[in-house]
Parts: sequence; structure tokens; C-alpha cells
Amino acid sequence: MTAPLRDRYPLAFQLYPYARSADQDAPSPMRHPVVIVGGGPVGLALALDLGQRGTPVVVLDDHEGVGQGSRAICFAKRTLEVMHRLGAGAAMVEKGVVWNKGRVFRDREEIFDFDLLPEDGHRNPAFINLPQTQFEKFQVEAARRAQTKGQPIDIRGKNRVDAVTDKGDHLLLDLMTPDGPYQIEAEYLVACDGARSPLRDMMGLAFEGRVFEDNFLIADVKMTADFPTERWFWFEPWFKSGDSALLHKQPDDIWRIDFQLGWDIDREKELQPENIRARVDQMLGEDVDYELDWCSIYTFQCRRMEKFRHGRVIFAGDAAHQVSPFGARGANSGVQDADNLGWKLAAVLEGASDALLDSYDTERVLAADENILNSSRATDFLTPKSAVSKTFRNAVLDLAANHAFARPLINSGRLSVPSIYDGSPLNGADDLQGPDRTRPGAPCPDAPLDDGYLLDHLRGDFTVLAIQTDAPDLAEIPALEISAPSPELAARYLGDAPSAIYLIRPDQHVAARWSAADAQTIKAAMDTALGGAQ
Amino acid sequence: MTDLNLDPNIADQDGFYAELIGIHDGLDEAQSNALNARLILILANHIGDRAVLTQALCAAKGDAA
Repeated sequence: MTAPLRDRYPLAFQLYPYARSADQDAPSPMRHPVVIVGGGPVGLALALDLGQRGTPVVVLDDHEGVGQGSRAICFAKRTLEVMHRLGAGAAMVEKGVVWNKGRVFRDREEIFDFDLLPEDGHRNPAFINLPQTQFEKFQVEAARRAQTKGQPIDIRGKNRVDAVTDKGDHLLLDLMTPDGPYQIEAEYLVACDGARSPLRDMMGLAFEGRVFEDNFLIADVKMTADFPTERWFWFEPWFKSGDSALLHKQPDDIWRIDFQLGWDIDREKELQPENIRARVDQMLGEDVDYELDWCSIYTFQCRRMEKFRHGRVIFAGDAAHQVSPFGARGANSGVQDADNLGWKLAAVLEGASDALLDSYDTERVLAADENILNSSRATDFLTPKSAVSKTFRNAVLDLAANHAFARPLINSGRLSVPSIYDGSPLNGADDLQGPDRTRPGAPCPDAPLDDGYLLDHLRGDFTVLAIQTDAPDLAEIPALEISAPSPELAARYLGDAPSAIYLIRPDQHVAARWSAADAQTIKAAMDTALGGAQ
Repeated sequence: MTDLNLDPNIADQDGFYAELIGIHDGLDEAQSNALNARLILILANHIGDRAVLTQALCAAKGDAA
């Protein structure tokens, strides 16, 4: 394939304009430890993570920036925690619309509400709404800052991968640029090239799953309105603009509206601006002024690749797995893929067991299955696939008005939370009568610490967390000793235990925990968390 | 006497709901209705308490949309 480069979509921001690389003039292909394909939220998160670890990383994208349209908008607390560690979180939260609560209506009546962060002591909120375009812009800005600090991140716009050849101890990549083709070598290639992943197709890998027979119209409208900053969802809304509707506030007076259109629709007709306006007018009223900022009609599938790792090629984000948008489990799970993979790649390149990369597959397949299960269930509730399913759905909605028991059955989307890697081969001992939420495999819940937060102190290395006890001397593992934990930290990490020692992984998941542990015990757990002895 | 419990009481509610819908897969309307009838009778027998059953019947009827 030597076709010239053509943009497949217009850009919102030009973030990484094409610049000729020295590799293009090298006499033989240059070797890179990690090459990432795709400069989206997942590829950039991984690049930032590897850069911070000092692992040289090249990001290739066949465009020069981020495409128009806000696409993903809901970024979850765990994503913000990861981006905070990677130097982009604060700007995102400052720009984004913070929200924690959701309300569900049927017709005009409110039938259910939920609070996604019903406790204090976290740096980040349950969610922010921020257009994906701006999310990626903040990531690239963080990458530029990292580059000025000497971190080895190289982002190459208008570099398209045309072929991948496995050479045994490395991969050979054929790339196309505006200046013509060139080649580079990679020890590992990470495909973050989206739902239609050209790399997945190039490698002939199957991608099976369920197609949901429904169309959703998505409209971003610009208006000044005083709806609260909450997620509002309607079943059978009084304004009849769709079988269901969803409203989210974004920054800069942009509102995201989703309407459920049904399966048999005339797509071209529905996308005509006057028809979109008719639906929006029914919802907002004829006298409300607004501009249509971006619109699209989408269908979706819930599916994943059988395996995310194929030797030296590793898939992450939408390239590896897809879900329906209800639950915000797409981009958020992709960022968690990157969080899981970065430290493992860096460790394997420095000599850790290759099995560590297999644990990426184990842990993130488990997470993908959890996300697919939740998003499939929500979608089955929203768009019942049989008459009897709709009868039960409506019975739940009928009962919910008067009876508390029916309300938790209402499923307008179970929103993204990070997976707990129960049963992971990296998990060590659980020798503490401690809280369930901090068991091995779990992501560390945040908690106040001194003038800041616990997660600020877990900076991407293995860390020994010693609470109300001394950490044994371990030259190679930094220790964080907390003699006077905040009540929140004590509740989340001690429970009824008087003291505890935790070994925390570089991705802020718990590796093992004990009521007491000596240096040898902790070292053994670290070996396990690194995939076992080489 | 126990009152009918109308507060949330099922731990894995999404899993239960998916299983409930799933047992209807492949059934036509008459078969689904028959399955629902059998299910109601089984659950009613498990409850047993005659007064609670009457309360449940009233709650279901009262909330018909």
C-alpha cells in the first residue's frame, strides 16, 4: 500500500503538524523500544506514561491533530486520577464541567436519582464533561511540557503505518508520509488506532460481538440555559423527541443531547438540520435560541478481540474493545488500558519477565468483559429487544414511581468505575482483615493526606504504604509511612485493623497487603507483581 | 405479621434482571405469558404469608399504568 495520505476527517485542532524526522534520512531503519499507533486519548495517555518513565516512545498518527466533533464527553474519576499523575488532570478538571449526580425521568416525572461520589476525601469528582477534542489537546500540551523536561516522547503527525512485518526480535514498520515512505523498527507496537483499527484489519484479526439494533442522534447545541450540572435521562419523554433522551452540560455553553431514534430510520433525512432542529425544539421549546454545533447518528456494538496481545503487537482502547456509550465506559476504559500497560512495557524493556505483558491481556480482558456486560445490560433496558423485555422494563418504570425497590432496577447506564483485578496472577497475599475495597487487585481509593491527597504520593513506582507502623528497609522500593491517617484514609485502608502494610503497583492498584510484613515478604510480592522470576 | 417488603432487597439487581429477561429468549408471547404465570405461582408459594400475598397483589394492581 503506497497510497498518498488523505485526511479522513476535518481537524478541530492541529496538534502535531508533520515534520520530517531524522529517521527518514537514516541509512537503515532506526530501532525504537515502543511505537504507538494513534494519537487519541489512549495513545497519548500511554505516551505520557512511558515518557514519564524515561522509556523512549514514538506516536504515529495519520492526521495532524484531533478530528472535529466532541465524541466522548464524560471522563470518570479514575481517568482524571491517571491524567493527574501524567500531568494533565488539573487543566482538565478546571476546564471541564464537574458533576456527581444523575436524575432519571419518565415522561415528566422524576423516578430515580443517584450520586456517583457519595463520600468526601477525593481530589477528583466522579465525572467531568469535556469534549474529547479538548481532552486530547490537554494531553498534547502535557506531552509538550514533558518534552521540554527531556522526556523521550516523539509525536509524528501524518505518519501512516502501511505494513508491519514480524522479524522475530523486533517488528519492521513501513510508514507513509507527505515526503514519501520510510521504515522504522519497533520492539513493541501498541495499536490505539480506534474502533475501525486499520492495524487490526492489517493483521487479519477477528472482532466478534453483538450489534444493537437502534440508532441514536447526538446533537451538541450551543445555548445559555440553567439546567443543573447533572446527568438527566428521560424514558418515554413528554417532549417526544425520541424513545429516550439524555442531556449533559459541556464547557462553553455547549449541551450534549442524545435522542433514541429506533432501528428503521432514514438516516439521511434524520440528519437534515431542519429535522434535528424539530426534535431539539420539541425538547427545549420553540422560543429557546440555540445553535447546532455538531451532530451525528450512531449505532453501536458491544464486542472485543479475543486476545489483546499478539506477540509484539498489543491492542488498547476501542481498537481492542467497544461498548455502547451508556455508562461512559469507552474512552475511560481505554485510558485504564494505557495505565495498565505503560509500567509493564517499561519493566519488560528493562528485563522483567515477558509474562508481565500477558498479565495486561488477563487484566484488561477481565475489565473489558465487565464493561461489555454493564453496557449491554443498560442497552437492553433502554432498547428492549423483545415484547416481553419491554413489558418488564415498563413494569419497572411503573413501579418505581411509588416503590423504592424498583428504582435500582432502572438502568439508564451504569457509569464507569475501574475494575478490580480479582484473581490476577500479579496479586499477592491478602493477610489483613481490611476493607474489601482495598483488597489486592483493587485501584487505590483516594483519601486526604497531609495538605493533599494520597494518590499524589503514588507517582508511578512500586510503593510500600505503611499505615500506623514502620516500613521495613527496602532500598529498591520507596516507602510512604503514614503515622496519623485521616479518618477517610483509615476507613479505606485499615477498617478495623490497627495497622497495615500495602504494596502498591505503579498503576496505583493494590498488589498485596499485610497486617505486618518483613522486607523479604514484600520483595517476594513485588516479584509476583512483576510477572514472576525471569 | 410481616409487611410486604417494597425496599430494595436483591443484591445483584442487574444480574437478576438480565437472567429474568434471558429466560424468555426464544419464546413466543403465549409461552412468555405462561412462563411468567408459573414464575408468579412459584414465588407466591415461597412467600406463603397470605396477608403479604394480598398486599403484593394490591401493589401490583394499584401501579398499573
